[in-house]
Amino acid sequence: MASFTLRINGVSHDIDVDPRTPLLWVIRDVVGLTGTKFGCGISECGACTVHVNGQSVHSCQVPVSVAATAEITTIEGLSPDVTHPLQKAWIAEEVPQCGYCQSGMLMTAAALLAAHPHPTDSDIDEAMSGNICRCGTYDRIRRAIHRAAKEG
Amino acid sequence: MDKVWKIDRREFFRVTGMAGGGLMLGVYLPDRPWNPSPDAPLQPNVFVRVDERGAVAIWVGKADMGQGVRTSLPMIVADELDADWSRVAVIQAEADPHKYGRQITVGSGSVRNGAWMPLREAGATARQMLVRAAAERWKVPAASCRTERGYVYRNGSKRRLGYGALAHAAGELPVPSDPRLKTPAEFTLIGTSPPQVDVHDKVCGRTKYGIDVRAPGMRFATVVHPPDFGGSLKSFDATRARGVAGVRDVVQIATGIAVVADNTWAAFQGAKALDVQWNRGFTMSSADISAHFREVAKARPEVGRTDGSADAALAKAAKRIEATYEAPYLAHATMEPMNCTAHVRRDGAEVWAPTQNPQGTQGTTARITGLPSEKVTVHVMHLGCGWGRRSRTDFVEDAVHLSKKLGQPVQVTWTREEDMRHDQYRPAAYVRFAGGVDAAGSLVALKALVVSQPVSATGKSRRGGVDGNAVDGIMNTRYAIPNFLVEYGAPDLGVPTGHWRSVGPSQNVFVFESFIDELAHAAGRDPFEFRHHLLAEQPRERRVLEVVAGKSGWGKPLPEGRAHGIAIHENKGTVVAQVAEVSIDGGKVRVHHVWCAVDAGQVIHPGIVHQQMSGAVAAGLTAALYQEITLADGRVVQGNFDTYKMMRIDEMPVVDVHIVKSGEPPGGVGEPGLPPIAPAVTNALFALTGTRVRSLPLRTGALRGTKRA
Repeated sequence: MASFTLRINGVSHDIDVDPRTPLLWVIRDVVGLTGTKFGCGISECGACTVHVNGQSVHSCQVPVSVAATAEITTIEGLSPDVTHPLQKAWIAEEVPQCGYCQSGMLMTAAALLAAHPHPTDSDIDEAMSGNICRCGTYDRIRRAIHRAAKEG
Repeated sequence: MDKVWKIDRREFFRVTGMAGGGLMLGVYLPDRPWNPSPDAPLQPNVFVRVDERGAVAIWVGKADMGQGVRTSLPMIVADELDADWSRVAVIQAEADPHKYGRQITVGSGSVRNGAWMPLREAGATARQMLVRAAAERWKVPAASCRTERGYVYRNGSKRRLGYGALAHAAGELPVPSDPRLKTPAEFTLIGTSPPQVDVHDKVCGRTKYGIDVRAPGMRFATVVHPPDFGGSLKSFDATRARGVAGVRDVVQIATGIAVVADNTWAAFQGAKALDVQWNRGFTMSSADISAHFREVAKARPEVGRTDGSADAALAKAAKRIEATYEAPYLAHATMEPMNCTAHVRRDGAEVWAPTQNPQGTQGTTARITGLPSEKVTVHVMHLGCGWGRRSRTDFVEDAVHLSKKLGQPVQVTWTREEDMRHDQYRPAAYVRFAGGVDAAGSLVALKALVVSQPVSATGKSRRGGVDGNAVDGIMNTRYAIPNFLVEYGAPDLGVPTGHWRSVGPSQNVFVFESFIDELAHAAGRDPFEFRHHLLAEQPRERRVLEVVAGKSGWGKPLPEGRAHGIAIHENKGTVVAQVAEVSIDGGKVRVHHVWCAVDAGQVIHPGIVHQQMSGAVAAGLTAALYQEITLADGRVVQGNFDTYKMMRIDEMPVVDVHIVKSGEPPGGVGEPGLPPIAPAVTNALFALTGTRVRSLPLRTGALRGTKRA
């Protein structure tokens, strides 16, 4: 066990866990922010995507010790009042069905837009193909990313 | 008409746990009634309240797993009520058969199975009572009043009264016996696509799925189950597991070994560190199962359907063909792995479950704990996909057994590998066909022999005879086949099988629509025209087929290297036809475009129909391209998304959905879009390469280099 102070969505959390514990499980089970999801545990599905210093990462693969000094952002911190352009676009395009994968989709898309404010379809394919949606909402995800890029 | 009840404040509080007031009505949805006691009088199971501020609340007892019933069911009430949709709240009912009747959410049945009329009647009754209350206040005939978006208006005057101001007086009036329902032309909400009720929460991580439950004092746990179906625990040593940081306890329960920890990951690590000896159960491999299917096919089959004499007609046919098809076992692989949270106390139990089957959850909990069912509260959480997997309650058993043993609240989460290897699988199938066409190219005879397990937790039939699910999609075809024989052989296998989105048709429409395509080619006829002819007596199917052919430009020249395939199917009261446009690029099958025509009867929310059709195409295509569950020495080989692949955004085709206007009552929409996509794709691959795909998933190697000039 080891003690860490994690900065998540601008708030500090003092925690005491095995330093190998993946960030995903610290966020969900220790800190208690449940918007970030568990899907596979092997970096295949992207449901656990969060930002570490602005970069999108699969949090099931990041030991908490590595993220201890970083600024971590989860879906709960993407915007204070659900006004991130992607969240507005996701609502406008009615992207979610069951919704389980969408936190990870939004966090991946947010990192994409930060790096490429006007992504092409192939940029979207490349950035988003690490995320699985079992409901098959892919066409609306694409439309929503384009909409967010346009409407800002 | 069905009965609409007025609910008094006491009854309202008993059922909803909320203070009543205003106008409160209840209605009974039949949906294959679940009767705790057959003699009990019918009780209302859906509740509508218009409160004194004009807000409308509707209690719904159906699980939402992305299919949108929390939007579509209340829309039906709200339309007849002429409510202001922005002031309608939808409240998820908890599990209680004494309050809500049967709540299982399966078979695309939420709108289809009897909800349509009672929900309309509930809305129309409330509306009529509000109109009468307004008419009495104004001292005018009710006929001189009209309603719109939460107000009663007096015709020819600017006077209006909000539903809130009328709710109390309306609640004092008798329930009218025969309220007038709208004609379809009068619908203002039904047939439109208002925003779905849960979208906002789903984009900010606020929606609570089963795995997100955080009960006070709760521990995290996982359960390791016997790796063989029907296997059992021999012995185990937990020393190493107990030494894992964060592990609190290792407990043997009836379903396996539970590792209890401070967080889920620690529990997973503890499970890996267990040293366990198991007693063996089912030990067959996939090759053994295929051989068993062939043996069963040789034995005397059960006859499911006999029209005319298929053998005699085949003997006389101008052209005869035979083919054998196979489809694999499939896992549900819901994005949210199996999980359940339980708190078993001596005087009662509380269960939080992402379930399609609240009452099964309640019954299972009562059985394990010995508590009466009314002492078991089931909270129906959001589902990270359902697909039929969550109609079973095996994952509930884990949590209830463990909480009972620990005496504290506990959440059990399965690893993805445990989820995939302890699923209830879509049955594998072996289907042999023989068919014949006459000299004019008409289908004269068809024989089908299906060998496939029934859908059952043990994998075996309880009744014997022809299993309805195993032949669904073949035996009940709408094609006119004068000499038609359907036979069934039941395998004797202990692989647990379950309902998988669209069930029997998920494999049978692939095999059947492929063989129909083979017959069309054997007859030298166009696959669209051949089907259209076989559906001469089926106006809905013909129309859907015509629409999909028209929209896709069927029969028109395509760019070099591309081809179209077509398939059609009726399922759950809904007819779906699809055309797929495919190519092969570097040995890889690429599906570019799918046209989907659907007659789903009266459509409540077209946006949801579009979502469900497009999603079903993605699901069916994913299975056709990639997925199979195989067994080696009785154990499931695949464990995660690296070996059980999912289609991703870069492979998603453009899906054009065309809703065909229909006067039929609402059909199901969650499942019927899935079955036609696999045969539409493989029929297109035949058109492109001349190679017939007779087993799934696609093995692209077999198609490479066979492209026709």
